[in-house]
Amino acid sequence: MNTDRTHLWRVRTPEGVAFTFRLASPVLRAAALMIDLAVVSIAWSVIAVVLSLLKLFSEDIAGLVIALGYFLFSQGYNIAIEWMWRGQSLGKRVLRLRVVDARGLRLTFAQIALRNLLRFVDGLPLFYLVGGVTTLLNNRAQRLGDLAADTLVVWEPAESVPDFAALRGEKYNSLRSHGPAVARLRQAVSPSEARAAWSALARRDEFDAEERVKLFAELAAYFRTLAAVPPEMNEPVADEQFVRNVVDVLYVNRG
Amino acid sequence: MIVNLEKFVAEERPRWERLDARLRKLAEDPWSKLSLVEARELESLYQRVAADLARLSSYAAEPEARQYLENLVGRGHAEIHGARGAGAGFRLGAWLLQTFPQTFRRQAQAFWLALALTVVGAIFGAGAVALDPEAKEVLMPFDHLRGGPSERVAREQENRGKELSDRKARFSGMLMTHNTQVTLTAMALGMSWGIGTLVIIFSNGVMLGAVVVDYLLDGQATFLFGWLLPHGVVEIPAILVGGQAGFVLAGALLGRGQRVRLAARLRAAAPDVVTLCLGAALMLVWAGLVEAFFSQYHEPVLPYALKISFGLMELVALTWYLFRSGLAGGKPASGAAKIS
Repeated sequence: MNTDRTHLWRVRTPEGVAFTFRLASPVLRAAALMIDLAVVSIAWSVIAVVLSLLKLFSEDIAGLVIALGYFLFSQGYNIAIEWMWRGQSLGKRVLRLRVVDARGLRLTFAQIALRNLLRFVDGLPLFYLVGGVTTLLNNRAQRLGDLAADTLVVWEPAESVPDFAALRGEKYNSLRSHGPAVARLRQAVSPSEARAAWSALARRDEFDAEERVKLFAELAAYFRTLAAVPPEMNEPVADEQFVRNVVDVLYVNRG
Repeated sequence: MIVNLEKFVAEERPRWERLDARLRKLAEDPWSKLSLVEARELESLYQRVAADLARLSSYAAEPEARQYLENLVGRGHAEIHGARGAGAGFRLGAWLLQTFPQTFRRQAQAFWLALALTVVGAIFGAGAVALDPEAKEVLMPFDHLRGGPSERVAREQENRGKELSDRKARFSGMLMTHNTQVTLTAMALGMSWGIGTLVIIFSNGVMLGAVVVDYLLDGQATFLFGWLLPHGVVEIPAILVGGQAGFVLAGALLGRGQRVRLAARLRAAAPDVVTLCLGAALMLVWAGLVEAFFSQYHEPVLPYALKISFGLMELVALTWYLFRSGLAGGKPASGAAKIS
């Protein structure tokens, strides 16, 4: 699929196992940057008030501390926080983004420092134009700083161990008594379709009752077409239960 | 092949969750170190989960568990195979006395290129001001340098440094941040295949040459060296080190004569570039303090001989530091702290 090439980056480990990074979109990255800029600006306005108390002792020393403080804080915020939080700034953490090494290795301090020191060129001439264009042209969505440091910015959705028991329910799965239909389903249902059905069941309580009925009716109708289930099996099983039965036979093989 | 995914997940889940917890704990503390037992357990859990992922990959209809495991294996891979971070073994003394000067020498070619460009720029600036005094208006970097040198010398000697008496610290902070910004810009523009770095280093040389020849032609050589040497012998090399970092970056980008891929070349250059930038920034802190608290005082407050001698001593010390520090019997000392 074309999207695999444009939005995913695959890394193969020495053990021969491959895993995938989901590259963050430029829009998400821009939103994280906005959050970080706001954080720096708000935090500095508080710090500056505290530092200005030094004026009580010496206006000159206060001037030095404020000038150096702002420079270090604005330049060092991203470096320090990405180092402390393994590739995440506050904006990135809020939006579930993370800077990672393009080979999947642990990020080094040099990589974090370099990608942030090069923000200047990515920001040229205005509003991250150079960085934005480079990101769009690059198949790993890297701005110049990321190219130099060999890093990627990835999106990490919340992952949890799938809970099969929660989805299966307690009712008898009538589909299992019809071997040919189960075989047809396993052959015809694509991974993305199986996942869609799984997600619909996992999130059933989030839907309005009317929408839920409509959604499961559509899913059930589709799976019934694929499975070519005999008409006598359709009548007594509600659409949602039928989808649940389909997910059960797709994901759980009881031999 | 997995015959029962539910059973497989139920059996393996405790290991996955244990690896997840271990990785979370490590992520929370960038300075944490594992004991031998913990490291062995981490590796064993990682190997097991990687094997689980390999088994699950054949089960195409189960993307949720696969993605969960991919995430775990990705994080585990980074911990198991990742390089040691700076936090684990960084020692400031070793970095100052060994890593920075050794890096400087390892990338000396780029420094000589920056120096040569500065010299060519200085000759150009000096020639321009000598041949066409009106060029001074264009080439001088700051307003206070555009007037006649003799008038400035007379004014500053009369002021006895009072102009800065209540704002020396602020002035020094302004110098440090401004010069560091210029240095970092020279480095960052290495990503323009070195063209931006070349322009900054050359134009810096042009301004330097214009100022020097302006004062020399006006017969103010003693003032010039007394004013410029104490901070300039550190400030100018620091900017050259920034240019050196930019050229190292450009060299990795261009990859002339190298058979390694672009990403690998840049990855190899990154630690040296960052080390050079940090070294240059530290040099500029020193230069800023000297410029604000020492260079701006002239005779009769401070004798020019003293200022010039101080500048020359700094130059000798800096040269020794950059070219000799960290050498052990002619070879780089082992155990240098790395920013990797």
